[in-house]
Amino acid sequence: MQSPALPVPEAPSLVPPALRGILPLLIAIPTLALFHWSLTGSDFATYLLSVVGVNIILAVSLNIVNGMTGQFSIGHAGFMAVGAYIAGYTSLQLKEVALSFLPVSASDQVLFMLALLVGGVAAALCGFLVGLPSLRLRGDYLAIVTLGFGEIIRVFVQNTDAFGRALGLSGIPQYSSPGMVYFWVFLVVLAARRLAGSSHGRSLWAIREDEVAAEAMGVDTTGYKVRAFVFSSFFAGIAGGLFAHFVPIINPGSFTFVRSMEIVVMVVLGGLGSTTGAVVAAIFLTLLPEGMRSLFGALGTEGSLAQRVDQIRMPIYGLLLVVLMLSRPQGLFGTKELWDVLPRWLPRKRRGLA
Amino acid sequence: MAQLLQHLINGLAAGTIYALVALGYTMVYGVLKLINFAHGDVMMVGVYMGYATAFAIGREARGSFLGIAAVFAVAMLGCALFGFLIERFAYRPLREKPRLTALITAIGISFALSYGFQLDIGFLPGASPRAFPEIIEPTEWLIIGDRDVVVWNWQVISFLIAVGLMVGLQYLVFGTRFGRAMRAVSWDHRVAALMGIPTDRVIALTFMLSSGLAAGAGLLYAIKDTSVSPLMGLYVGLKAFVAAVIGGIGHVPGAVVGALVLGLVEEFVVGYAASTWRDAVAFGFLILVLLVKPGGLFGRVAAEKV
Amino acid sequence: MRRLAPMLLAALAVMAAACEKKTQPTPSGEAGTQAVQGQSGSAASGTPAAGSDTILLGQVGALTGGQATFGISTRNGIELALKEANAAGGVNGKKLAIRVYDNQSKPEEAAQAATRLITQDKVVLILGDVASSNSLAMAEKAQAAGVPMITPSSTNTTVTEKGDYIFRVCFIDPFQGFVMAKFAREDLKLSKVAVLQDNKSAYSIDLSGVFTRKFTEMGGKVVTTESYSQGDTDYRAQLTAIKKTQPDGIYVPGYYSEVGVIARQAREVGLKVPLMGGDGWDSEKLFELGGSAITGSYFSNHYSPDNPDPRVQKFIADYKAAYGAVPDALAALGYDAARVAVESLKRAKDLSGPSVRDAIAQTKDFPGVAGTVTLDDKRNAVKSAVVLKVGDGKTQYVTTISP
Repeated sequence: MQSPALPVPEAPSLVPPALRGILPLLIAIPTLALFHWSLTGSDFATYLLSVVGVNIILAVSLNIVNGMTGQFSIGHAGFMAVGAYIAGYTSLQLKEVALSFLPVSASDQVLFMLALLVGGVAAALCGFLVGLPSLRLRGDYLAIVTLGFGEIIRVFVQNTDAFGRALGLSGIPQYSSPGMVYFWVFLVVLAARRLAGSSHGRSLWAIREDEVAAEAMGVDTTGYKVRAFVFSSFFAGIAGGLFAHFVPIINPGSFTFVRSMEIVVMVVLGGLGSTTGAVVAAIFLTLLPEGMRSLFGALGTEGSLAQRVDQIRMPIYGLLLVVLMLSRPQGLFGTKELWDVLPRWLPRKRRGLA
Repeated sequence: MAQLLQHLINGLAAGTIYALVALGYTMVYGVLKLINFAHGDVMMVGVYMGYATAFAIGREARGSFLGIAAVFAVAMLGCALFGFLIERFAYRPLREKPRLTALITAIGISFALSYGFQLDIGFLPGASPRAFPEIIEPTEWLIIGDRDVVVWNWQVISFLIAVGLMVGLQYLVFGTRFGRAMRAVSWDHRVAALMGIPTDRVIALTFMLSSGLAAGAGLLYAIKDTSVSPLMGLYVGLKAFVAAVIGGIGHVPGAVVGALVLGLVEEFVVGYAASTWRDAVAFGFLILVLLVKPGGLFGRVAAEKV
Repeated sequence: MRRLAPMLLAALAVMAAACEKKTQPTPSGEAGTQAVQGQSGSAASGTPAAGSDTILLGQVGALTGGQATFGISTRNGIELALKEANAAGGVNGKKLAIRVYDNQSKPEEAAQAATRLITQDKVVLILGDVASSNSLAMAEKAQAAGVPMITPSSTNTTVTEKGDYIFRVCFIDPFQGFVMAKFAREDLKLSKVAVLQDNKSAYSIDLSGVFTRKFTEMGGKVVTTESYSQGDTDYRAQLTAIKKTQPDGIYVPGYYSEVGVIARQAREVGLKVPLMGGDGWDSEKLFELGGSAITGSYFSNHYSPDNPDPRVQKFIADYKAAYGAVPDALAALGYDAARVAVESLKRAKDLSGPSVRDAIAQTKDFPGVAGTVTLDDKRNAVKSAVVLKVGDGKTQYVTTISP
């Protein structure tokens, strides 16, 4: 006997259905505008927040590959480099160009966005070229290939005059602003969250948990892995493009293996698979050296310790990884997100029967 | 023609050293299915141990046969111990965990070592490159033409030591009981344990062996290139790893072949073609090989059984 | 509840860093008069506020990494100069202090450190860096904020082109390349030279380019140009290729960390010809790494410890007493840069950006230990270079070449 369908009480929501998809964007844009306005004139805060923002984008995008899909990519800085150089070069070429129907500053921003997208797409393309052959193979090979890719990019740039060779590319118009950086932060976080909660994302989790089982269940593992890789490289390229527009000069020294490792540490610390974790860890690890510098400076021991902060930072990252893996391999957040962690007394949306 | 010969000698010299390091990678991978990223940095630690020893025994003693033996012995044994400690405290607890965890740990150790040694606090040497003290008095042993091709005594000695170590390893792996135990563990460590093989001990000894070999290779490298710096482990380690992968990771003779091939390819590309692309050669070659033969030259892409 | 600890830590870190994020508008041009709390030795930029009696300078340098001796030498030279200046009464009664940041040889760190010095520490003047990429990054920030910057040893032409607030007290690479080309052609009478450049260093590539052009103009021939990467240790492939071209000399405009070993391996493959280079060779480590192989080679530099001038000898003696080593060119240039800064601060109407800038621009015939400093209209120092020969554990002065 068929039981009649019970009416499922829909949780009361204030948001009309038509707006639900676009709601985050509607909230974000005015917030960003306010944020941007409040920071004008404070150069150091602007610079630091931009660096933090770029690192968040890098960490969240790497989390998609290393966390959600369970792969081991350690060459993220290479894609960042591609994005930075291509976007920077594009901006450089378009420096004198302005769109006639817009005021100059607005036109600059539009062209900046264009340059960013060009950089992002170039990085995504590289992600495809690197990912396709190596993701067919066993996971360990991806690590070495991504590492090698970063090196190859570096050598390529060093030998190309158009990219400034070893001195670097300078003169890139500094269009970036905290508003723009955090717009992309918002986008990448939104994209990652949407991906994680979707059926596409579910396939990625399946691949992470047990690749053979996933393949047996009909998931085209190679296809999904490559797609995740391309997606993540796109955002790495965007991060690189933003980077190129607030740092006065970019050279291969900014995109080394060390940089890739820093991002890996952020993702691992935050928790492989947790977007919130990646964000928190990125913020924490970017601001920590600055905080230590302030601390040592204020204590008056600025002589040797403040200068050594960066030097000591690197081996500590290494040890941090080891300690984390031995004691708490799921990092800070594991695979949970912010909402899963907040105390229970905040009202939660409940679906289904009471 | 003379230039070709000289390039050949240079390439082989570099290749044999890569081979020793690559053997270490391959052995550990075979036994633990782990790519020990820290291998190159363990080698670096061994080199600094040798450096300290060479200074400690003084200029007179270090040139003698006993002196050289002492430097090698201290470095190799010290490094073996170091490798044992790493395995015991960092890798063993993670043996049943997913592979990614151990890989991340390995990278963490590599990072901690190569950047830790760049500090100059306490016994840590600091970032500046140093000159490895001369322990073999260089004399020319073979000159062809008007110095068209020069072969030095230490090059020959180096080559002999490397070959000796490789032959020793070959004998160990294929001719002794311990070697058989190693191969059994690399085949299936659970079944090996059921058969009564003390897997923990075998793995620990394998690690010690690979670290000791790495130290020996590092010393030969320091003799060849004089300059030692904390980052040398990363450079050499990476090239050797590429060599091991080219040969087919887990395959012992493959590692040697891969390393020699890589050494020669690097030398010839830099010598005859553009030297500006030197760093990209190793990786470019790797990607080429992987595209054509995904398991490496000798490896088999084994189907994963569940 | 367990999550609270890490979240608290994260919040604390954010707050610790947020302590600095005071949204004080930084006017470009004129510096504000507000003092910064919690920082020792806080400075007042702009018209001296009552109660502040220290003038704060900033330095950004590469204090760690493979060429750490460069950054450290520069810092030592600057420190010595400031100590002397303070002992002599400071600037108009005020003492001088310096805040130093490490930039790890990364331009974005250099820019961040410079921004920090300008907006948080409110320095009056910035000194630094050695590597031109980093100086370029800093120069952009300094120029935009209207804070004068003096680089002691960045030799790339583009650094001072960033704007009128940027100065240098050393010669530039086009001159340096010319110096060695002239020496090779006229003094050593070489006709065929091979070049071995560091592909990872813009400095090396620039010098090699200039040398090739000038040497060819003077009638010589550059038979081949090979490259290596900073950090490599095996140069035999390139040297064997060079040997085939049978040059009379090899120009190696790289850093001491590689040049020493290059010399050894050159001798090993059978190249007996002299090596030549630039100021990147100047470090005590060169002798250790090069051994006897590098003896008899030449390099262009900013100053020579053999210089009998009593001023130079006094500097060397003071430096040795303070730091236990013979100062290299970078220490000397750091010393000169700091002294030029101090003199300019004394001459300046007040401590605002434009006044200090104008005072520095007027530097003429300043008696430095690394040569007499006169700044031309491009804000570069018009100076001679010396050519040094590498001896046994020390350098020997050979000749001076003037522009």
